[in-house]
Amino acid sequence: MAMLTVENLEASYGAVKALHGISIEVAEGELVALLGVNGVGKSTTLKSISGVLRPVKGTITFLGEPITNKTPERIVRRGISLVPEGREIFGSLTVEENLRLGAFSVYKRDRYKADLEEVFEIFPILKDRFHQAGGLLSGGEQQMLAIARALMAHPKLLMLDEPSLGLSPAMTDQIFALIDSLRERGSTILLVEQNAERALEIVDRAYLLANGAVEFAGTAEELRRKVDIASVYFGDEDATDSCEVTQ
Amino acid sequence: MIDLEFVINTLSLGSLYALLALGLVLVYGILKLVNFAYGEYVMVGGYALYIAATLLGMPWYVTLVIAVLAAVVVSYLTELVAFRPVRNKSANAQIITSFAVSIFLQNVVLILISSRARAVQLPFFFSKTVTIAGATTPVRNLLIIAVTAVLLVTLSVVMKKTVLGMAMRAASDKFTTTRLMGVPANLVISAAFLISGLLAGVASIFWVSRSASVDPLTGAAPLLIAFIAVVIGGMHSTVGAVVGGFVYGLIFNLLSITLPASMISYRDAFMFVLVVLFLLFRPAGIIKGGYTEERVG
Repeated sequence: MAMLTVENLEASYGAVKALHGISIEVAEGELVALLGVNGVGKSTTLKSISGVLRPVKGTITFLGEPITNKTPERIVRRGISLVPEGREIFGSLTVEENLRLGAFSVYKRDRYKADLEEVFEIFPILKDRFHQAGGLLSGGEQQMLAIARALMAHPKLLMLDEPSLGLSPAMTDQIFALIDSLRERGSTILLVEQNAERALEIVDRAYLLANGAVEFAGTAEELRRKVDIASVYFGDEDATDSCEVTQ
Repeated sequence: MIDLEFVINTLSLGSLYALLALGLVLVYGILKLVNFAYGEYVMVGGYALYIAATLLGMPWYVTLVIAVLAAVVVSYLTELVAFRPVRNKSANAQIITSFAVSIFLQNVVLILISSRARAVQLPFFFSKTVTIAGATTPVRNLLIIAVTAVLLVTLSVVMKKTVLGMAMRAASDKFTTTRLMGVPANLVISAAFLISGLLAGVASIFWVSRSASVDPLTGAAPLLIAFIAVVIGGMHSTVGAVVGGFVYGLIFNLLSITLPASMISYRDAFMFVLVVLFLLFRPAGIIKGGYTEERVG
């Protein structure tokens, strides 16, 4: 049974409709990507799942229970954490405080220390930066902090929105390696990426979105074989006219 | 002249203004709402003091607690009843709501009590004078300095060391992301209104002690002062508000001793000129803070 089921999800920003009935599924232990050009509704889908944006229509089911229209703070407690686009680090708070807030929904004094140690194991740099303000970190470090902050909540499903955006190629490699290793550790991950080539190297399955709807779904293999990824991003009319949907 | 008396006067005036400004900025930081009903919390505190002390003749320490509690409760209730329902609406809707709350509270006391000023019985020691190193000053001036120091230290410990404080600072920075951490929106917003009410309540005691009376429009001046202090100090951080409060107090007192007697009554006009200059040349205020402009909702 799927861990997360999204059915016929419709969402809009004011009068602008961004999602026209999206249906996706994520099973436990899977690494699934949402791919597509700018403005097709990838981030909007994640925002709707995490409760930041109220869907107009459709249902979202997580672990057998409906979570449509629940508030973000409740959805985190159900076990879904979103690493938002642009990292959204609390710049004036220290790394320590960022991580402490990440653990807000699950905080237990005895477990907290162990969780921190585990995070330091994955991101050693955060231990060095522990007392620094989040805003002073480099882009890559901020992305790591954003992911670490989400992991502090022990999510059953981790959603990453454009984790490689604005990072150097070397740092992008690191982040992708990290996502891969998180999957190895048993995390279930829903990944939104513009860098489709890179994403397809590590994901199990992917959905290709266009115009606020799923255009193609399949395993990473199938997507690579059946869809000319380059044409989706740079080429034909069908794939690019979706830019009318703004975010 | 600038002597110890001037220093004490300036610190006491600055303390009062800092409390007022801080209460306004705490709510602004999180909701991005300039709460124009904020002055009414001071007014409510004043009337609570009038009822408890003048009408009911309660012991002074009880009356002070009641005044602060009244402001805290009314501040929280306005959040619950008025601001929460419009939280996800436009910024205009929120500002108009705050004006509505202000007018509503003024009219409540107008109808239930009177349109005329009421004398407030203050603790007997407030107006006693003491002489320190040759400087003579009423006890209330020293009290406000001490109380403000304690409140500012306590508040900064709460904001720095507690998880609620961290969450409030985070929410001032990025509200939606703070909710994604599992921090309930209502928790941080209620906390902001409660602390804002607490500061207004404490300030109300010292505010009404200056004229020993309260009337339905008592809240107008504190709101204006808080607003000016915030423009001077900076809207985007709690430090800015406190700095603005003290700078306002200092400039006001400097004007008082330097202006010729015939122009003393124009002190406020000079203050407004200063505000205009700040808005023109340094709109962010003295302290440029980290708050972003992201709105709730």
